[in-house]
Amino acid sequence: MSDRPSEIVKFDNVGLRYGTDPEVLSDLSFTLYPGSFYFLTGASGAGKTSLLKLLYLAQRPSRGAIRMFGKDMITLPRERLPDFRRRLGVVFQNFRLVQHLSAFDNVALPLRLAGTHEGKVIKAVSDMLDWVGLSHRAQAIPATMSGGEQQRVAIARAVIARPQLLIADEPTGNVDPEMALKLLRLFEALNNRVGTTVVVATHDVHLLKKVPDSLIMRLNKGRLSDPTGALKFPPRSGNGGS
Amino acid sequence: MNTPPLPENADAANEVTATPERAEYPKMRGGLAARLLPQTKFGGPIPWVIAILLALVVIAAAGGLSLRNLAENARADLSGAVTVQIIEANADRRSALAAEAASIVSQQPLVTSVRIVPDEELDALLEPWLGAAAGSDDIPVPSLIDVELSRSASASEIAQLQSALDGKVANARVDAQSDWLKPVYDALSALQYLALALIALVAFATAAAVWLAARSAFSNHRETVEVIHLLGGTDAQVTRIFQRSVVRDAAFGSIIGLALGIAAVWLLGEQFAALDSGMVGGGGLGWSDWLIIAAIPLGGVLLALLTARITIKLALRSML
Repeated sequence: MSDRPSEIVKFDNVGLRYGTDPEVLSDLSFTLYPGSFYFLTGASGAGKTSLLKLLYLAQRPSRGAIRMFGKDMITLPRERLPDFRRRLGVVFQNFRLVQHLSAFDNVALPLRLAGTHEGKVIKAVSDMLDWVGLSHRAQAIPATMSGGEQQRVAIARAVIARPQLLIADEPTGNVDPEMALKLLRLFEALNNRVGTTVVVATHDVHLLKKVPDSLIMRLNKGRLSDPTGALKFPPRSGNGGS
Repeated sequence: MNTPPLPENADAANEVTATPERAEYPKMRGGLAARLLPQTKFGGPIPWVIAILLALVVIAAAGGLSLRNLAENARADLSGAVTVQIIEANADRRSALAAEAASIVSQQPLVTSVRIVPDEELDALLEPWLGAAAGSDDIPVPSLIDVELSRSASASEIAQLQSALDGKVANARVDAQSDWLKPVYDALSALQYLALALIALVAFATAAAVWLAARSAFSNHRETVEVIHLLGGTDAQVTRIFQRSVVRDAAFGSIIGLALGIAAVWLLGEQFAALDSGMVGGGGLGWSDWLIIAAIPLGGVLLALLTARITIKLALRSML
């Protein structure tokens, strides 16, 4: 990872407003470091999803500067965005599965969009579906799956390409505690073994304790607080150490 | 709980995007790309709209080509001939002048044959209008001389023929036969332009239909497009997905339209052939005409492809 930038994400005085409405995010300045594990918390309406949209490049900010993977995202031409989106894995709050595709094809989508050989796709997707316990549902379409199953498909799709930055919006909201823990362990494995930087938005305070080296970002009315102080100072070398 | 195993080879996507500079964007294989949009199995109206429009283009094109052939054949038949009229009331003198004119004209360099139209033939031509009186000496009818030329004569060459007769044969008048049909040629040209205008209008209507369909399809699948974008799909990949769908519909519609159009042209051809008219017979379609008609579906598909491509590219510009 020596060629990687020292920071994955850097926000500098970022603000976001929709149309002429008041800002939903204000004066956000923070840095996400490679190999760290972050929880993003805050009450409903605090701006978590808006912040995640900026992180997964679905939205440009109204003001401020954002650098990701060492590049300025504000001035980046839109045709260059796919380069950077392919380094991200996203678990959307409402899953956003392609409704007419099977679970297998949904999970395979990032690899196929990247032009991965079909032989590798089949092996990788089969392994991933096996791990999230959905091998028997590989050919099921989302409409026939339960919320928990759809969530597991969404998570499998997000991690299949071993992203450099994994962004998950309430990823354990629709699964039982055992599966929630299992999914969290997958995120940790990506974080520890692949060096993926992980950002998990959650309401679940119990989840925060499950990843001991995690860092906490707390949003309150669109402003960020830094209870661990780690957003201003890089964590120690290793994974997520604070 | 054990640490979960990560699937092997799962970082294949990073093989493509590992460099910070612009990555090579691969194409998705056809079948995979096609699955990203639900297939309609030709259930939508667009293939049928294209079929109807393309049938109209085939009929208009066949009509235009047929009119062109008809005009060219008629012109070829008539442009190499002139008629000499001898206008004289006295029948005996008229016959003598006709013989003299025929003799003079036959010596001209362009002339290949000369035929004085017999009186009986002239009477038969006039009988439908004049009845039995057509053969009466009370009605003076000019003598006519059919003159065949070795090639199409220019206006100055026809004037030379006239001057060869002037002063030697009184009241002789040389007429290029093609001049008589100039209004007919003008009408045929106007009909050809009408056919071209019709083709242009139908092509515009086809493009408009494809534009509406592509926008509608894009709107219906906007959520899928957004997801594809957020997963790293490029505009080119998204455009290709829609193009595939449009090309499939356009190809289906074009083949049906071609079949309908050819059937209509064949029926019309049968109707006109039944007229058994020499001039209409010159309007038949040759193999090169059929090749042009057979290429029309290809043009339709290309037009649909181009329209869909532009429409989707413009629609994508509104997305991040």
